[in-house]
Amino acid sequence: MADDAALDALYQEIILDHNRRPRNFRELPDATCSADGKNPNCGDALTIWLRFDGERVSDISFQGVGCAISKASASLMTLAIKGRTRSEAALIFEKVHNLVTGTALDAATAKELGALRALGGVSKFPMRVKCASLAWHALKSAMDVSESVVAVQTGAPTPA
Amino acid sequence: MSTSNSAPSGAHALAPRSDFPLLAAQPGLVYLDSAATSQKPRMVLDALTAYYTTHNANPHRGAYTLAANATQAYHDARRRLAEFIGVADTDTVIFTRGATESLNLVSAAWGRANVHAGDNIVVTRMEHHANFVPWQQLALTTGAEFRICELDAAGGIDLALLATLVDSRTKVVAFGQVSNALGTINPVTEMVRIARAAGTALVVCDGAQAVPHLRVNIDALGVDAYVFSGHKMGGPMGSGALVMRRALLETMSPYHFGGDMIEWVHDDTSTWNLLPHKFEAGTPNVEAAVGLAAACDYLDALGMDAVRAHEVALTAAAMQALTAIPGVTLYGTADAAGRSGVVSFSVADVHPHDIATALDVDGVCVRAGHHCAQPLMRALGAHSTVRASFWVYSTADDVTRLVAGVRAAQRRFADG
Repeated sequence: MADDAALDALYQEIILDHNRRPRNFRELPDATCSADGKNPNCGDALTIWLRFDGERVSDISFQGVGCAISKASASLMTLAIKGRTRSEAALIFEKVHNLVTGTALDAATAKELGALRALGGVSKFPMRVKCASLAWHALKSAMDVSESVVAVQTGAPTPA
Repeated sequence: MSTSNSAPSGAHALAPRSDFPLLAAQPGLVYLDSAATSQKPRMVLDALTAYYTTHNANPHRGAYTLAANATQAYHDARRRLAEFIGVADTDTVIFTRGATESLNLVSAAWGRANVHAGDNIVVTRMEHHANFVPWQQLALTTGAEFRICELDAAGGIDLALLATLVDSRTKVVAFGQVSNALGTINPVTEMVRIARAAGTALVVCDGAQAVPHLRVNIDALGVDAYVFSGHKMGGPMGSGALVMRRALLETMSPYHFGGDMIEWVHDDTSTWNLLPHKFEAGTPNVEAAVGLAAACDYLDALGMDAVRAHEVALTAAAMQALTAIPGVTLYGTADAAGRSGVVSFSVADVHPHDIATALDVDGVCVRAGHHCAQPLMRALGAHSTVRASFWVYSTADDVTRLVAGVRAAQRRFADG
């Protein structure tokens, strides 16, 4: 069982702050693409919008309901992805995936992730990894099928 | 604080923690998720071991004494269970993997043969998905109308509405005896009366949250089919039963085909075994049946009236303590005596999953989510709730730990 220190690492001040005051929490009327992320197990549901200027993400936003982890993760994601190219965003996705699933990061990657490192606290809480990754899977879907609206679900554990 | 030497009701566990090996091995654990599954008494675990170490053989098949003993153990378990749930006709107790399989059996074997386009099926807003989706899908495949009875202002099933939904074309009325998400105990007798008044519907009652907590006499309820799960009442996972009127079971087609359920197998057709075997294809789960019978023994030794009184006391204490916390919203009836041992709540500005994770670190196990009742959650306007649920090993100290954990989580997530 995770201890109090792990709980403190999960709910760092930056996570709590982004939960209370999520950044870019709005619709994007002129979005190039969007995607819904849903976790039927806990009822979390969010939509992310992306506007591309060529290969570059010129704006990104999200809205929805969810736990502190899923909201903070989406909020931090919008700050990290805005201004990045499609391929840069894909690389960040991979690194965040490794981070939340507990893969050790080298110093360069850790530095590059910056504020996103706060999401690493979930690696001690297997039941919560899906919360941190929900927005990121929605991002990936939106980019993979960037001309249409798609829905993604983070599955495990299976809802009853 | 009472100055007498009698502790307040619910202060101590009804059943000693030492009866439950998992709880005895983890003294700091506060298990408040018994509505999801109960912990298992040593008596049940011992019964499983005893079966495998003394009687194990394939029942109904061998000519040797050991197989006869296994057959006897399986039949004795059915008789014991029938006695516990108030069913006189033992062979109408069909062993299944639990309430979910039982409901699917009724929906498939009875429903597909009897429900047609133009008919309707009535369920309630309060149902667990297991008593909602099989009927919804039956309606979709048959072209029947699917009707949902909404809740009234007090959060109970709207009986006046129910009376208007049930008509001469209603083929099924399905409802839970106790809500898994809210703990609400529904007025089964009145609902059966309403269901019968308008026509000839099959009345199906989901007792998964009732049998572990209330004294249930199925024969007296007057329903056509009753289902429950063994794992919520101290029995093994994968145990449970369907109880259905003999006349219905005898006219229904089998649900599964295979060994044990047949009488004669000809090249081009087959005939079916007698009840209950007709609905128990394949090698039966004797272990589950024997364990479930032991759970009945365990609960009878405690006394179901004592179980009920213990849970009401704890539920009342939890409701009172949680209501006193600013920002906490309770769902379901305000009357603790109208509930099984369930308290469902939310905390302003803190998501239920964050509450559950914080409580987990304190060793307190609660359920957070939609409790397999998404249609109900929509009506409540809640994406999810925190649910604490009690059973025989729960104590007033468990409630104290829950409340302290909720307050601590509130402080952690407080703004500023």
